[in-house]
Amino acid sequence: MTEQIENTRSRKLPSDATGSPTKYVTGFMLSVVLTVITYLLVTHHSFSRETIIVAIMGLAFLQFIVQLFFFLHLGSDTRPRWKLYVLLFMLLIVGIIVIGSLWIMNHLNYHMDMEHVHEYLNAQDNL
Amino acid sequence: MSESTAVIERREHDAKTAFGFWMYIMTDCVLFATLFAVFAVLRNNTFGGPSGRELFDMPYVLGETLFLLTSSFTCGLAMLAVQRKDRPKVLFWLAVTFLFGTAFLVLELTEFRHLVIEGNGWRRSGFLSSYFTLVGTHGFHIIVGLLWMGVLMVKVRAGLTGALVRRLTLFSLFWHFLDVVWIFIFTIVYAIGVA
Repeated sequence: MTEQIENTRSRKLPSDATGSPTKYVTGFMLSVVLTVITYLLVTHHSFSRETIIVAIMGLAFLQFIVQLFFFLHLGSDTRPRWKLYVLLFMLLIVGIIVIGSLWIMNHLNYHMDMEHVHEYLNAQDNL
Repeated sequence: MSESTAVIERREHDAKTAFGFWMYIMTDCVLFATLFAVFAVLRNNTFGGPSGRELFDMPYVLGETLFLLTSSFTCGLAMLAVQRKDRPKVLFWLAVTFLFGTAFLVLELTEFRHLVIEGNGWRRSGFLSSYFTLVGTHGFHIIVGLLWMGVLMVKVRAGLTGALVRRLTLFSLFWHFLDVVWIFIFTIVYAIGVA
């Protein structure tokens, strides 16, 4: 009996996954507010650059969640939540690519011997 | 249970198709992630040329962002009309979405044109190469989206069939996804660039 109820529910959900007017309006308003806050933070230099960068990255992530939920309807996924699992795996790969690249490239910059770079550039200029 | 087996089967098939398209979108996210990584690495390599602080006009970019965001919203409204099978409303909201999407594209291309004319094209520095690649790839996706939307609008005029509803659903996923990518371009490229 419970299994039957589970079945009906999971079969009904795909059609419900297209959202409602309130969902779209809420998502839109939240996105506009978050975008404008980001804009104001970077145009009015009231905080240090580091604080602003951390804050706007946080705001971007928040807007990402807002749009995933309100526009892409991730919350209304049926069980098992395959869409969510694929998304999380994608985020893992994205994290490895972005953080890994930045880490390696900054590390290389750090180990570059600037004396030699200057010598090389001077030699190029003299050619 | 009032629904017939055929209806359930069609829905399950649609859900599978939507999931397949979701997989494509996730891989496209990885493509954008690599371009974001390239940009993040090269952002300070201006080679004596201008940096984002001198080049980017924030009010202009905010306008672009709001156009794209609005088009994502109106695309959602079109999907609500699809649910109600309200064909004139579907066409109306798709047309509005198309208009805002086109406005965004025109603003972006105008920005590119100004940069290139002032000698700050993709050949100027590593920073500008990565900027044009990242933002240009997004712009290319927008062009593809607009073409797809145009085709769908012509088809909607002929009638809202089940297959068309499925395609419209996939299109709306694609269009919302492009707005999600833009959030990060707005923040990482423009906002941090001028911060």
